[in-house]
Amino acid sequence: MKHPIFSHTYPNGLVLLAEPMNWLQSAAFTFLVPAGCAHDPAELAGLSSFACEMALRGAGDRDSHQFILDLDNLGVDRSESVSTAHTSYSGATVAENLSAALAIYADVLRRPHLPEDQLEASRLAMLQELRAVEDEPAQKVMIELRRQHYPEPWGRSAQGEQKALEATTIRDIRPQIERCYRPNGAIVGVAGRLDWPRLLDLVGELLGDWAPGPPLAIAESPAAGRYQHLAHDSQQTQIGIAYDAVPYRHPDYYQAFGAVGVLSGGMSARLFTEVRERRGLCYSVYATLNTLLDRGAVFCYAGTGAERAQQTLDVTLGELRRMVQGIEDHELDRLKARIKSALVMQQEMSSARSSSLARDWYHLGRARTLDEVSGLIDGLSSRTINAYLAEHPPAEFTVVTLGSRPLEVPCGVS
Amino acid sequence: MEFLKYALPNGLEVVAECNGAAYSSAMGFFVKTGSRDEIAALAGVSHFLEHMVFKGTARRSADDVNREFDEMGAHYNAYTNEENTVFYAAVLPEYQDRAVDLLADILRPALREDDFHTEKKVILEEIQMYEDQPPFGADDKCRALYYGAHPLGQSVLGTAESIAALSAAAMRDYFRRRYSPGNIVLAAAGCVDFDALVAVAERCCGDWQPEVTSRKIEPVAASDGFRVLRKEKASQQYVLQLAAGPAAEDADRYAAKLLTMVLGDDSGSRLYWELVDPGLAETAVMSHGEHQGAGLLMTYMSCEPQQVADNLRRIHKLFCQVEADGITAAELEPAKSKIRSRIVLSSERPRGRMFNLGNDWVYRREYRPVEADMEAIAAVSVDELVAVLAKYPLSRPTMVTIGPLAEVPQPDE
Repeated sequence: MKHPIFSHTYPNGLVLLAEPMNWLQSAAFTFLVPAGCAHDPAELAGLSSFACEMALRGAGDRDSHQFILDLDNLGVDRSESVSTAHTSYSGATVAENLSAALAIYADVLRRPHLPEDQLEASRLAMLQELRAVEDEPAQKVMIELRRQHYPEPWGRSAQGEQKALEATTIRDIRPQIERCYRPNGAIVGVAGRLDWPRLLDLVGELLGDWAPGPPLAIAESPAAGRYQHLAHDSQQTQIGIAYDAVPYRHPDYYQAFGAVGVLSGGMSARLFTEVRERRGLCYSVYATLNTLLDRGAVFCYAGTGAERAQQTLDVTLGELRRMVQGIEDHELDRLKARIKSALVMQQEMSSARSSSLARDWYHLGRARTLDEVSGLIDGLSSRTINAYLAEHPPAEFTVVTLGSRPLEVPCGVS
Repeated sequence: MEFLKYALPNGLEVVAECNGAAYSSAMGFFVKTGSRDEIAALAGVSHFLEHMVFKGTARRSADDVNREFDEMGAHYNAYTNEENTVFYAAVLPEYQDRAVDLLADILRPALREDDFHTEKKVILEEIQMYEDQPPFGADDKCRALYYGAHPLGQSVLGTAESIAALSAAAMRDYFRRRYSPGNIVLAAAGCVDFDALVAVAERCCGDWQPEVTSRKIEPVAASDGFRVLRKEKASQQYVLQLAAGPAAEDADRYAAKLLTMVLGDDSGSRLYWELVDPGLAETAVMSHGEHQGAGLLMTYMSCEPQQVADNLRRIHKLFCQVEADGITAAELEPAKSKIRSRIVLSSERPRGRMFNLGNDWVYRREYRPVEADMEAIAAVSVDELVAVLAKYPLSRPTMVTIGPLAEVPQPDE
């Protein structure tokens, strides 16, 4: 796994990262621009997502039809998403079409048409996505959990709010894009079959003369925390539990990662074993480590029938609290094996690498090679993870439930 | 890239695409049994049995099974559909023997009574989970309506009632009849040592007793019914349409896949421009599903309830139009580009190849290298798509809609 990663910072602040994987036929790219929903004005929640939706409706010399047609002809398997920190445009295709695809996305970032006559269509699409979440209880509970746990604006959902989406005009979208679509703070990750010198020149031609923008500021307000129940007419009760963890840039990040892996990596992990396998309480239960730039959190989920929801919550919280008693070597050995094989298998997916490169740069100001990550995993031991757990025991839980009735959340949880 | 195959004396077949340069190996046991092989009293048994396979064997407890997969760092899982139950793992090449040994061992599960009752609760949770999320079970209802009494109309999950009533003894009997070596294919792809693969299969599966298994392939007499199901608390309205399409063994299945791409891919298709781009629908997509002796052209749409009647008229009109006027070469080319690029991306992972290899063998007993699929896609003409449309019209589908509305007008009335 000794593959070099190339990086370059253009004078306007744009960062390009590339990992050649010349045994593949494909190439993948990820553009991150600092247009996260944390920058949405409070009264226009969802503005960044709205802007992203509009940016795909024609750019440069292509109208919206030609834009989609050209990407289709290039076979680009594309996706877009908005997080609190970024809007991400990514895609993968056969390697010979990479340059042409990058040129189209350079237009999206710099020369989107933002056609006013398509604003209503775009608004309808946004509102439908918001309505669709109401039908997805498992997704809804995790959106609410994040909102409760993280301080505003970091707990926001990028999808926004109905009233704000209804009030948004093209005069809101255009300045948002002017402000947040800019090279300083933007990162391009490319991986797969590629030629670095050519890529460096191409991205320089496409984005090198993009003018930088002024700094973006964010004002924070405290998280709500504690317990919230959302009434929902459903068969199952959805349970979300959150607690603090260190962020990706923290020296102890992989200790936190290891601890969550013992809880929820593979089917022999604690939550799956204790909640599902031993007791048959639910079909789906997991915990995942989420990271922002300067803080992180573990988000746990379980969905179960209403009559067994209390027991599921109690057993899950019990497992979280038990972590402080420490993990064992055999648990860590399995986790290491899983991570190692996942790292090796990343070499089979250009899209996994292109997004990792961009994400690494945002958090660390550099990208880690697979070899380096492998070394960090080797360095984990039950002793180091237990030391982390002693210092950061799962506690101060934020709990959100969604279902027919609220649950008893034990004292001392919040 | 080399294709190799071998058959054990008891009938179990081993097929592999070996690529010494791959980073990982993927292997899967394809058991040719699913919901279409169940009688009504056993509805859901194939899927329930898939869960039970992970609950331990004569020499392993359930914990051992999960622990050993995780010790290898395996990425493993299983799924059940109408026709197959598939157990698979992707591992680093050095774990090939251990992974095959473990997969083979769990295919002779202990099926212990107490595990059966614990796992029954998990299955009932899974059924409840699907009832709470779109399309709220309407997919099962639409298939049942389309197929009528044909076994392909049976639900993979079964119902809360059929699962509650199922006994461990009935499952054991089903297992004995269906998990016969002659009804199983072991497929492997990636960095595979074929001799070692066969040796482990011989050692672990050689003593499996063959049983006579069969599957009735009856003709489908599809209905073109229309049902409105009410789910008052839903926010959106969901629509499923099913029409006949090429079966797994039909040569025109490639044309059918391109047709659904032209008409209903999630981007750039006719349905996309008609419904999704203008914001009239949240989703409007088509796909082609292939079974033994039957195929489906499927359409799925979700939108705001008050928009559904208009959207259904638009879909109906679009289908009538395409049946009358056909499609153009300018539409076919981007569809081909998209499929070719998706084939390249999925084939870069051994597990992607393993699924193709296994399904090609289970359905057609043929090996198709990536290049063969690429050439088959490239060779499809506009006329072939038009021929598929003539043979399998889309404008009179079986349809189910579910959501807050009590009534939805049928679009061609």
